[in-house]
Amino acid sequence: MRYEAVIGLEVHAQMMTQTKIFCGCSTTFGADPNTQTCPVCIGMPGVLPVLNSRALEFAVRTGLATGCSIANYSRFARKNYFYPDLPKGYQISQYEHPICLKGHIDITVDGETKRIGITRIHMEEDAGKNIHEGAGNYSFVDLNRTGVPLMEIVSEPDLRSPKDAAEYMKKLRAILRYLGVCDGNMDQGSLRCDANVSVRPVGQEEFGTRAEVKNINSFRFVEKAIEYEIRRQISVVEDGGKVVQETRLWDSAKGITESMRSKEEAHDYRYFPDPDLVPVIAEHAWIEEIRASLPELPDAKKQRFITDYGLPEHDAFLLTEERAIADWFEDAVRAGGQAKSVSNWMMGDLMRSLNDENRTISECALKPEQLAGMIRLIDNGTISGKIAKTVFDDMYQTGRDAETIVKEKGLVQISDISEIEKAVDDILAQSAKEIERYRAGDEKLLGFFVGRVMKTTKGKANPQMLNELLKKKLSS
Amino acid sequence: MLDRREVTSKNIIDSVYQRIDAVEDRIKAYVTLTRDEATGMSHAADSRLAAGSHGMVTGIPIAIKDNLCTKGIRTTCSSKILSNFVPPYESSVTAALADQAYVLTGKTNLDEFAMGSSTENSGFHTTRNPWDIERIPGGSSGGSAAAVAAGECIAALGSDTGGSIRQPAALCGVVGMKPTYGRVSRYGLVAFASSLDQIGPITKNVRDSALLLNIISGRDRKDSTSAPVEVPDFTANLGQDIKGLRIGIPQEYLIDGMDPEVEAAIREAIKQLESLGAIPVEVSLPHSGYAVATYYLLATSEASSNLARYDGVKYGFRAEGKDLMEMYMKTRAQGFGPEVKRRIMLGTYALSSGYYDAYYKKAQQVRTLIKDDFEKAFQKVDLIVTPTTPTPAFKLGEKTDDPLQMYLADIFTISVNLAGAPGISVPCGFTTGNLPVGLQLIGRHFDEATVLKAAYAYEQSTPWHTRRPVL
Repeated sequence: MRYEAVIGLEVHAQMMTQTKIFCGCSTTFGADPNTQTCPVCIGMPGVLPVLNSRALEFAVRTGLATGCSIANYSRFARKNYFYPDLPKGYQISQYEHPICLKGHIDITVDGETKRIGITRIHMEEDAGKNIHEGAGNYSFVDLNRTGVPLMEIVSEPDLRSPKDAAEYMKKLRAILRYLGVCDGNMDQGSLRCDANVSVRPVGQEEFGTRAEVKNINSFRFVEKAIEYEIRRQISVVEDGGKVVQETRLWDSAKGITESMRSKEEAHDYRYFPDPDLVPVIAEHAWIEEIRASLPELPDAKKQRFITDYGLPEHDAFLLTEERAIADWFEDAVRAGGQAKSVSNWMMGDLMRSLNDENRTISECALKPEQLAGMIRLIDNGTISGKIAKTVFDDMYQTGRDAETIVKEKGLVQISDISEIEKAVDDILAQSAKEIERYRAGDEKLLGFFVGRVMKTTKGKANPQMLNELLKKKLSS
Repeated sequence: MLDRREVTSKNIIDSVYQRIDAVEDRIKAYVTLTRDEATGMSHAADSRLAAGSHGMVTGIPIAIKDNLCTKGIRTTCSSKILSNFVPPYESSVTAALADQAYVLTGKTNLDEFAMGSSTENSGFHTTRNPWDIERIPGGSSGGSAAAVAAGECIAALGSDTGGSIRQPAALCGVVGMKPTYGRVSRYGLVAFASSLDQIGPITKNVRDSALLLNIISGRDRKDSTSAPVEVPDFTANLGQDIKGLRIGIPQEYLIDGMDPEVEAAIREAIKQLESLGAIPVEVSLPHSGYAVATYYLLATSEASSNLARYDGVKYGFRAEGKDLMEMYMKTRAQGFGPEVKRRIMLGTYALSSGYYDAYYKKAQQVRTLIKDDFEKAFQKVDLIVTPTTPTPAFKLGEKTDDPLQMYLADIFTISVNLAGAPGISVPCGFTTGNLPVGLQLIGRHFDEATVLKAAYAYEQSTPWHTRRPVL
């Protein structure tokens, strides 16, 4: 029998606000334990939460960018459970009345575009961290993260393959980064993903029993963990068993998911509206103000790159995945670089160098105007494409202009025909045997002559002129 | 006298402490006496008075219920679980008093976490009623009410979730006011039931309540539920006549089990108001019968969540356990008293999956109906008048074995919290056994001014507020 997977993702995104969601503490990552806390976020008696309006704005931005409707009435609720990293004994979240409802994200997998529904987006506070290392028989608790604002973005079960899920995550991350609401860093935990996975025979309408896979803590594990879980469920069913509803943990070292708790062991969170916070009433005018301030999003930008710059879809997609890269591209084009050439240099040498060094484009010494300048030198024949590679490497390392490098290293192309002719004649005078073979039909030897001349001219001979001259002389 | 510099703040606090030394053994109003702090604060107050930069409570000795956080001063909620808790922050109401250099006499006793009507649920000791030390002072702000009645302070702050200011004020023969929900910031009030809790004054007369209310009222950015509503000068209308004021008498409040002497005192008080020019109007609050049940679902639900933070991990009492679960269970089993545990269990149950709709949600719906009752009644009248309690102060231990009987002590006050309206209790007579009876006046939302005006007119036309217990 053939099976189909049904996948829905619950994504937690840390919002990049300066301060926590219900108090004024800093959200900076990596401070000494419990230094970014106050009576409010550590849940002392008698203190009260006050909503950070910036967090609300970020959630609304995200909702608008994913086509959600923004609830004009939303509420915070308490999710009650005991755990040392949860100082109040409840997490302030949203339950019955989330801020955003019914949106979507479009993804493209194997050339086919699909619309993935977003069920809801709600705001909540993050918990702290329990630390078990180095504490002997005790555990430590670090509450710096407690109260950092999160958005939970819940998708519809519209994903059908691990690849769908990976593409959805990529697209969601791109949108969050474009909006400047989340840095999208899965390794640091600022973007987290839980997957609800079930399988069913192809053609069956109703869903199979689902398992929730938690702890998918890196981008490359999204596909792997879901792939594993699908295989596991199919083999359970094929062995005549039944998939049980449960929560499973992804173990990245072993590459498997393991049962964490069954449905019977699930917590009863006893949600109820938080009486310490008033309902959030989002005014229409305010929502429209935020809508008007939204940046151009990846899909729209990709379309525009295709239309305005005549780029192939593949180029446009890669260049618009990250806003900083798209901006860099447009700056280079604005500075006079020919669009397709800029795209080629960026997607080739530039991305490769950045990836090798694990740097972002904003950390790059090379500026867009400088790439445009180099491309101009190629276009006007000052340097050859081959020489340009050398120039590029220098620019990338030092951040100097192409012209400066070309001048200093004497890399200007030789386009003086008499100078090239002299070099050609010198080589031909030493190569009687090769000339004979060439004339006998071994035309591949042209490369040999080109190489020899390039060597004596240090690669600066105008390749086109050299080729034409050699052919003419050899055939005469 | 302070204004005229005839006495100093130091003189006053010394005399208050003399009184405390004389009677506190018998009353036990306080959990913590802050003699040293009070001396320092009185010197600061005297400097302010000398500099002429003083306010209405500069140098005045005020007692604070021990569920209001005071920076650097132990705040216990009369619970073992917080017996060693010293807050590193100040509640907004005490900060407002401190701005005017008040003098803190001490932290007063309460039913543990404000859960009770007699202070018998205190984790430390029971406070006695100054009118008869064999009787309870009411609760949960029993310590504050007893301290005011016994002259162990000039005024006090309490908190009121279902009657916890008005009921002990009535039973101790003093004035107690619960402001409109949202009028006073709850920041620093250790939460019992967040949607019902309000802080208010307990004083010897109505004017003092108005003065204190002036200071503690107003929007506070630290409390999202504090209302952005303008605060009038609550003393401005005191002394105005109440001719033509329509006072509603709800028929539902003449219940079985009402003490005949209390009923008689209330009828007399209504006549007195009438003689001052008020017009009695019969009103109906048809859902009153559901108030106690509704309250005990909502308040316990919120409490079960509010008290989850006392888990032994961060502060307060911790019992040792072999693992995390055992530490949690032992800490909470040993740290909380029986009434607190009863309410946590009730609330946990009411919020559980499968029961939420039948209990919590239904109770919220009834709460809306009760609120509507009041709104409808206030279309016809300016105030509603009821007894504060169905009986005078009962004997120690009389109701401790019967929580339901105990819960009925708040039957007239609970609806007011559910509706969010302001209410005051003023002394309106004494039983033949010389026990005080309280009259409750309830007003429209944010119309404390009318409540205080009528209470003042009544008080000034009767002798009850001038009587003091003999100790």
